[in-house]
Amino acid sequence: MSELANLPGTGGRGHAIGRFVIYAVLILFAFYFLAPLGIMVSTSLKTLAETRTQSLISLPREISFDAWKTAWDSACIGVDCRGLAPYFKNSLLLVVPAVTISSLLGALNGFALTKFRFRGANVIFAMMLFGSFIPFQVVILPMAQTLGKLGLTGDNSTYGLIFVHIVYGLAFTTLFFRNYYVSVPDELVKAATIDGAGFFTIFWRIMLPISPPIIVVTVIWQFTQIWNDFLFGATFTSGPQQPLTVALNNLVNTSTGVKMYNVDMAGAIIAALPTLLVYIIAGKYFVRGLTAGSVKG
Amino acid sequence: MSFMRTSAFVGAAFAVSLMATSALTTVAHAEPTVEVLHYWTSGGEAKAAAELKSEFEAAGGKWVDSPVAGGGGDAQATVLRSRVLAGDPPSAVQIKGPNIADWAEQGALADLNSVADAEGWDKLLPPQIQKIVKYDGKYVAVPVNIHRVDWIWANPEVLKKAGVDSVPNTWDGLFAAADKIKAAGFIPFAHGGQDWQDATVLETIILGVGGADFFNKALGDLDEASLKSDTMKKAFTYFRKFQGYVDDGASGRDWNLATAMVMNGKAGMQIMGDWAKGEFFAAGKKAGTDFLCVPTPSEHGYILNSDSIAMFKVKGDDKVEGQKVLAKLIMGEKFQEIFNLYKGSIPARIGVPRDKFDSCAIKSMDDLDTASKGGTLVGSVAHEILQAGAVRGAFLDVATEFFNSSMSADDAVAKLAEEMENAKD
Amino acid sequence: MSSTELGTRPGGGMFAFVQRWISAIVVAPSFAASLFFVYGFILWTLYMSFSNSRMLPSYQFAGLDGYRKMIEASRFSVSFENLFIFGGLFIVVAMVLGCLLAVLLDQRIRAEGVLRTIYLYPMAISFIVTGVAWKWILTPDIGIERFMHEMGFANFRFDWIQDTDMVIYTLVIAAVWQASGFVMAMVLAALRGVDQEIIKAAYLDGASLPRIYLGIIIPSVRPVFVSAFVILMHLAVKSFDLVVALTNGGPGFQSSLPANFMYEMTFRRNQINVGSASAIFMLGIVIAIIVPYLYSELRERKR
Repeated sequence: MSELANLPGTGGRGHAIGRFVIYAVLILFAFYFLAPLGIMVSTSLKTLAETRTQSLISLPREISFDAWKTAWDSACIGVDCRGLAPYFKNSLLLVVPAVTISSLLGALNGFALTKFRFRGANVIFAMMLFGSFIPFQVVILPMAQTLGKLGLTGDNSTYGLIFVHIVYGLAFTTLFFRNYYVSVPDELVKAATIDGAGFFTIFWRIMLPISPPIIVVTVIWQFTQIWNDFLFGATFTSGPQQPLTVALNNLVNTSTGVKMYNVDMAGAIIAALPTLLVYIIAGKYFVRGLTAGSVKG
Repeated sequence: MSFMRTSAFVGAAFAVSLMATSALTTVAHAEPTVEVLHYWTSGGEAKAAAELKSEFEAAGGKWVDSPVAGGGGDAQATVLRSRVLAGDPPSAVQIKGPNIADWAEQGALADLNSVADAEGWDKLLPPQIQKIVKYDGKYVAVPVNIHRVDWIWANPEVLKKAGVDSVPNTWDGLFAAADKIKAAGFIPFAHGGQDWQDATVLETIILGVGGADFFNKALGDLDEASLKSDTMKKAFTYFRKFQGYVDDGASGRDWNLATAMVMNGKAGMQIMGDWAKGEFFAAGKKAGTDFLCVPTPSEHGYILNSDSIAMFKVKGDDKVEGQKVLAKLIMGEKFQEIFNLYKGSIPARIGVPRDKFDSCAIKSMDDLDTASKGGTLVGSVAHEILQAGAVRGAFLDVATEFFNSSMSADDAVAKLAEEMENAKD
Repeated sequence: MSSTELGTRPGGGMFAFVQRWISAIVVAPSFAASLFFVYGFILWTLYMSFSNSRMLPSYQFAGLDGYRKMIEASRFSVSFENLFIFGGLFIVVAMVLGCLLAVLLDQRIRAEGVLRTIYLYPMAISFIVTGVAWKWILTPDIGIERFMHEMGFANFRFDWIQDTDMVIYTLVIAAVWQASGFVMAMVLAALRGVDQEIIKAAYLDGASLPRIYLGIIIPSVRPVFVSAFVILMHLAVKSFDLVVALTNGGPGFQSSLPANFMYEMTFRRNQINVGSASAIFMLGIVIAIIVPYLYSELRERKR
């Protein structure tokens, strides 16, 4: 904690005005950040008639939760009128293994690249890191061919999508763990080696127990990326296996149909709830994890 | 190279382990199966598609739904390419116009002639539609509807207040009426400044100014002299004039919000295809009294837009059988009637009873007949019937760039000729 | 580099070999995946850019045809100019704002947790979710402009989203909204790690608060700015959903970005070679900025 405000001599009237300005600025920006979410919540609580007659960013005259219920279990997405609920499950089934596997591999890589360094470790790390900069639109066509050859299409397309997310998540998970482990003293590992512990024993017994801060950072990052992904989800899954973002997009987009803005907004908030909750609940640990050295600084 | 091999091996091993963890409970189905990739994902469109599904299931089939929405099929086009490259194409796909021939040229589409011959499609489909769904003499797709693009939707209240008796049938007359509407304090034309909407208006003007033959020669054959002709310049001049009757807020506006402006009496007219009707009906408005539908000025012209379902080559008897059942159902009178009532369009085939359709749809049917016989029927460029892919894209680019800048008509035609030529090869 | 030898233990045969190379073996699958799925695919795209691929990939060589068409398309120059305007502004504004918020939040603020969450939450949501709301806010006749008119400011104008020259800045507004909270979190984390003794000493020497921040604290967390820069740049180059959700590239194609150009050409206009050429161009920009960073980053680590 920097405790500058607590230092002697900062009191008095100038101090009070200063505090006021600080709060004013912070609250002003809070409005900027909350505006889109506020509009979404407000619209989702309107009736359909009100979305047609009233100004779109006005507050609802009477609050109605119908749009939420419709979006959750009875809105038509394609020919299927079961709302977003089934797709919510698809996304969960996808995100859990994808996040777990990519984070675990990232941890192992980070450990290997820092504590059991081999010749060329840095070059290998740099090359892997570059992978996070490739625009994903570029990989769609070759990836489709590859998945086809691996048989990860059709009924197996969920596994294909998990595979894709793991492959392109590795750059970031490895980066996070590597930068965290780099600040862990080598002596810790050295002592264990002398005691006769092997690679995996040290990883399991020594490294993982000190890793929770960076695990939180990595899991939040990966969870958000994968949950919010649209491009891969739309391209590599078929029909009933589509993730939530694709279903949401189908719900809110219509080329020549009638728009139901209240249902669209309720659906959008439902789709965003898990990541929002993760940020609200674990946000504190996220900042702490960053402090703990995930980002070099 | 050894790295490549290693990674392929690792990938394969990984895939195997993933599959091993999944309980492979797929049992061979004997029932006809289709997977339909479409972008009728919500509202009336989705209801229309659901109709097809229930008919298919009633016929003993299994329907796997793969809806992918977004920008009139952008996302869906991506998915289709990926699925074809992965060697796992969906059996039925919603694609339009020349895209069908393009896929057929790649050898990706299935031959539907056995169904077509048995059902006599040659007699049921107008020649313009046959041209779209046939490749090399074989049916490879099934048409579901015909949308008319060149409509004006007008609010009779606004027209009355402005002292306009009826929607004029010449462009000059239309602009004179627009002046009156403006003077009365209304927005003459509700418009959404998105590239496809700009192009929609431009193509109705080109048809009106140059006629059907000119339209086909310029935009269909991409004849350079026609593209650079004075007629085309005149069309752009009118397009600029049209812009003067649009409000400042048009840019980026969704078409349905523009329709709402006509509905709420803020604006007098909108140029848009017949899907706009759905918005009026959804708000409880009646054709003829609450809103008017009048074709944009032209010599009996008709700009056609049509959706169709193409059948891709798939393996497995259940899937092939599914395609045949689906094709037959789509062409059926019952489906064509219900689907088009939902969608605001008219049936693609001949012989569907008219009694349930509204007055605008009836007019569309009559005018289609006239235009078809008189040779004044043209395919829409903005909606991918006459042109698709890069050429259509170039038309959209120029239309929207012109509309959003102060480009002169001379520069516009030069640019149109250049960009369309460039996109052609 | 003493840690290189850590894995070595006396012994022989297979076991010793595995022990000696265990860490390389652990990294190998990920590295192989990266080689194939990143570098392999880049090579494939490079080849495609020289081919005559149209609707589906074709392996027939066509020289620089794809590049020629790319350069001739007016969409292309607009998209890449936009990337520099958008990317530059986005990175600078997000850094400054994130930094400002972090410093302010560092002043023992009540309800810090709530404010921090409010600033950070946009990172959790994609533009697929917030796109429509953003579009409404920015559209004059339904959004802020109308709101201000109703509040009595009749002359207030905010119609950038419909202005061909200004539309690119609306993308910046929404992108900054999404990413500056993340910068705030990173900078805040770094500020909390600064040695308090140095600050106290400076304070006792009579340095003012702004001077302490500008002269001592901010410079001491310099590395975090480098990390933030890299993350922001990666977001800028990859920006795609943002454009689709807010403007769909319009008015005209004035707000199109390279990723949108690439997507449009490859998937919508049946010009895979042109799309691939633009992808290679984008990668070139990324390499020009990232490689020096990676180089300095890793050389520093060697010390």
